[in-house]
Amino acid sequence: MSTDYHKESFFTKYIWSTDHKIIGLQYGITALLWLLFGFILMMIMRYQLAYPESPIPIVGALLGDGGLLPPEMYNSLGAMHGTIMIFLGVVPLAFGAFGNYFLPLQIGAIDMAFPKLNATSYWMYFVGSVVMVTGFFVPGGAANSGWTSYPPLSNIATTGQTVWLCGMVFLITSSLLGSINILATVIQLRTEGMNWMRLPIFVWVQFITAFLLLLAFPPLEAASVLQLMDRLAGTSFFMPSGLVVSGVALSNAGGGSPLLWQHLFWFLAHPEVYVLILPAFGIVVEVIANNTRKPIWGYKSIVYAVVFLGFMSFIVWAHHMFITGMGTSMSSFFQTTTMIISIPSVVILTALFMSLWGASIRYNTPMLFALGFLPMFGIGGLTGLPLGLAAADIYLHDTYYVIGHFHYVVAPGTIFALFAGIYYWFPKMTGKRMNETLGKLHFFFSLIFMNGVFLPMMAQGLAGVSRRLWDGGEMYAHAAGVLYLNEVMSISAWLLGMTQIFFIVNMIISLMSKKTGESNPWGATTLDWSATTSPPLGHGNFEVVPTVYRGPYEYSVPGADKDFTPQNEKV
Amino acid sequence: MLELLRYFGLPTFSASTQGPAIDNINVLAHWLMALLFVGWGAFFIYTLFRFRASKNPKANYQGIRSHFSSYLEVVIGVIEVVLLLGFAIPIWASRVNDVPKGPDAIHIRVVGQQFAWNIHYPGPDGVFGAISVDLVDEVENPIGLDRSEEFAKDDIFTVNQLHIPVNTPINISLSTKDVIHSFTLTELRVKQDAIPGMEIPVWFEATMTTDELLEEIKGTAREGRGFEIACAQLCGLGHYRMKGFMTIHEMDGYEAWLAEEQEYLSEEEEDDWEDDWED
Repeated sequence: MSTDYHKESFFTKYIWSTDHKIIGLQYGITALLWLLFGFILMMIMRYQLAYPESPIPIVGALLGDGGLLPPEMYNSLGAMHGTIMIFLGVVPLAFGAFGNYFLPLQIGAIDMAFPKLNATSYWMYFVGSVVMVTGFFVPGGAANSGWTSYPPLSNIATTGQTVWLCGMVFLITSSLLGSINILATVIQLRTEGMNWMRLPIFVWVQFITAFLLLLAFPPLEAASVLQLMDRLAGTSFFMPSGLVVSGVALSNAGGGSPLLWQHLFWFLAHPEVYVLILPAFGIVVEVIANNTRKPIWGYKSIVYAVVFLGFMSFIVWAHHMFITGMGTSMSSFFQTTTMIISIPSVVILTALFMSLWGASIRYNTPMLFALGFLPMFGIGGLTGLPLGLAAADIYLHDTYYVIGHFHYVVAPGTIFALFAGIYYWFPKMTGKRMNETLGKLHFFFSLIFMNGVFLPMMAQGLAGVSRRLWDGGEMYAHAAGVLYLNEVMSISAWLLGMTQIFFIVNMIISLMSKKTGESNPWGATTLDWSATTSPPLGHGNFEVVPTVYRGPYEYSVPGADKDFTPQNEKV
Repeated sequence: MLELLRYFGLPTFSASTQGPAIDNINVLAHWLMALLFVGWGAFFIYTLFRFRASKNPKANYQGIRSHFSSYLEVVIGVIEVVLLLGFAIPIWASRVNDVPKGPDAIHIRVVGQQFAWNIHYPGPDGVFGAISVDLVDEVENPIGLDRSEEFAKDDIFTVNQLHIPVNTPINISLSTKDVIHSFTLTELRVKQDAIPGMEIPVWFEATMTTDELLEEIKGTAREGRGFEIACAQLCGLGHYRMKGFMTIHEMDGYEAWLAEEQEYLSEEEEDDWEDDWED
């Protein structure tokens, strides 16, 4: 079990690999490249918003029309930025890459439950992501109806929308395969002694995330197929009759409802928010436990909060739809569930703050990113409060306040946690260390510029500036007082882009450096560090499959000879 | 806090009867947010400083032993219940249930389309004329009004020009010809999506005339720019320019405007629309 018993070709080892670690790396590298691509799209949009009448530098040559960005192209960039960041970037990185690589190691499994399904899941994702981006090359450009694709706009949109829907069908199928795999692995392949209350929080959050993906994605897959039918087969699932577009009466049969799409879409897309944030919680817990050198405060309350959060995330979706003409009883229900779901998030965040008390905090790069996550996610969560109250949402709905809110959750929130995870587990994946100075520069500049991008959005939102405006709001009188912020945000965004060079350079020079030979450089307690070499063996992971004797975060145990007691250490 | 939010972008005035209540709940929510953020932040920074490894080389296995956090969670829960029951739900109930139907209310139809707002007044008979999609002509008759029908003869419609009187309940029936739009009056704290296939009531009562607004904003960045209708929902490539104008008159000014429009109508239909297409 411990060593490779057959020689693998390059193809079976790196392309059609069934080793969860290679698949995790495939997911990670692909997702990081898409994140960079999605970020570049946004940097182009930010130029348009800051200087609406000027030609776009560098990429302007590709646009024709003197380098100016036409509004339909701006809408394409917006829709694709959202889609790429969420479905091609953050989820595959948080769930596909981190989940695949570290979950089996943390529970002492020799691989995922269904290795071939795992490889299929990655390749589905790869094909889906390529399909998604080919939209840029069809007539009319990529999908331009927002990542939310509300019909009838999306039904009558250019061909790019068809490509978007086909891409989504691949991506959703990939997520379903991945989630089944994680569920089966956690339920079946925990090593001896690894009972549920000894699972690292990281495993718990991946487990709940898998449930969310499995249960929430099928409605969107169905809805995507229905929208495809509306576009290609002349059905009217999402269209009433009697519509007149550009002076021409549509001949569709009618009888459908645009709100049906919104319900199906948000039934996925709200749990999706927790798919984005739960893995981030898990990574942050691992890093904070390790670098405070003490147990996480309130392990059980975090586990229960995560389970409850997962359950509640299925019954809050319509708080995205308050302004569609909702009556009092329905809006009251969704406001109440929204207020209830804020409580477990508060429990988790509070437990993490409390964990710092009595700690011996090591300020290394992963810890800085994990600590940075806490207040940044805090802002993201808190700004959700007025949006969740329907009356306050009347004013704030569809303004930049919303954009600021969810970017705080996902960008300096989840993406900081993902960076923490990359810096934390890089030595595990490669046997090498990342440079601390470059890492700290990366963190501090990212922190400053993230806030430079997203804090002004709150001010624009409070002033009432709508989202998705090609001219950044220049047209409107109410935007006049906050228009100058567009330039502040854009410059911050480009500087944020430059800051990522620290990360890329660090990655390259660290990969070229010598192996350190340490298997557990952080002095960690979980099996991924304590029971395997760095990097772990090929197929099989462990020289000896570990047995677990205690909970996941036994740091600074009184009377122990060192400040960490691994899960697999026999007393 | 209201002042703070206003410093942070919120307009310094709200020009409708429900505006202050909506600003109020926003202020309360932001108070709660600020308290939590400052409280957590202070605790966070203190622990980061006090428990750094160089100062505290040996971590405490037990950690904190107070139940303070449970109390905090209960308090947040209670405050949220108060926000919901005391403010959010009543404001919402008033928004959707108190639609003014009486003779004092002014009833207007607003029909969104890519990328303009069609405003339809019933005329002196107070009844909207019949509409048919077959009659839609983007230049002459954008809402498809059937002029041959009895109630339609005196109907007035404009493009992107909403005129209303101050201190009078306004009842708008909102619909759309093509895709989803969102009818937004930022200064009045009014926002409602227009959904194809639905006619949704939107009501409000303005408390400020255009002249008063222009006075109020003298010396600010928006000086000289009156009330506008914004579209808040992505509706296609012209979404950013789907802007209408709203003029809030004193009652006599509103009646004078209506009479003037009526006069245009009786003169001749042909060149009416030109006036509205300007701007």
